Amino acid sequence: MARAVVTVPQRAKRGEIIEIRTLIAHRMETGFRHDSYGRPLARDIVSRFVCTYNGAEICRAELFPAISANPLFTFTTVATESGTLEFKWTGDNDFTLDATASIVVE
Amino acid sequence: MSTRRTFLIAAGALAVVLRPNASNATPAMMQEAVRKVVGDAQIRKGKVTLDLPPLIDNGNVIAMSVSVDSPMTPTDYVKAIHVFNEKNPQPNIISVTLGPRAGRASISTRIRLADSQTVTAIAQLSDGSFWQATSDVIVTIAACAEEIS
Repeated sequence: MARAVVTVPQRAKRGEIIEIRTLIAHRMETGFRHDSYGRPLARDIVSRFVCTYNGAEICRAELFPAISANPLFTFTTVATESGTLEFKWTGDNDFTLDATASIVVE
Repeated sequence: MSTRRTFLIAAGALAVVLRPNASNATPAMMQEAVRKVVGDAQIRKGKVTLDLPPLIDNGNVIAMSVSVDSPMTPTDYVKAIHVFNEKNPQPNIISVTLGPRAGRASISTRIRLADSQTVTAIAQLSDGSFWQATSDVIVTIAACAEEIS
């Protein structure tokens, strides 16, 4: 089962720009490789990532096979209010993965 | 008809089917992918910083970061960052949609590259303009080259 690691600072000052790091376990099979018999390996990638902050979308990414296995993605946001950040990945073969992180803004 | 002739025709057809797919993208395919995103708009150089190591040992995992010089205010912000390559099987690498709430237009990830080539990062600003940065990289061990055993 796939897993996600999300790094969000636990506390931040209002208006501070915080960095969010996300890492998930996924093989990101490109669909361009072959097995030892020469048969093509089916594509199996994570193609979409969305992050919402208290329900409002703050970042979205479309991933392609050129993203390495175990995709890492970091971005920034402004700490506006205390609450939850929700992360959602979706991909081939009905892959979905969710993660949440909470932040206290003072 | 002689069996030899039919055999040759069949073998020829089979050779066409089994031809190793020369599937790597070309700079022209990248331009096509870029145009799909940008449309007819002009792409200017500058504002974008694309960080990639110039010499890459392993094409499977390459740290890449892209940042755009922008105040990220509600009226002047980076809408999207797109990264393209010339020689992977597909020209796209990643497309990120941002907004003023990002605070800073700065992303990083890890990518695969199949060959030494030029990587291009294009930023779309809220005023509709497009800016780009390119980076030449040398890849010694290409991604996709190894097969499963």
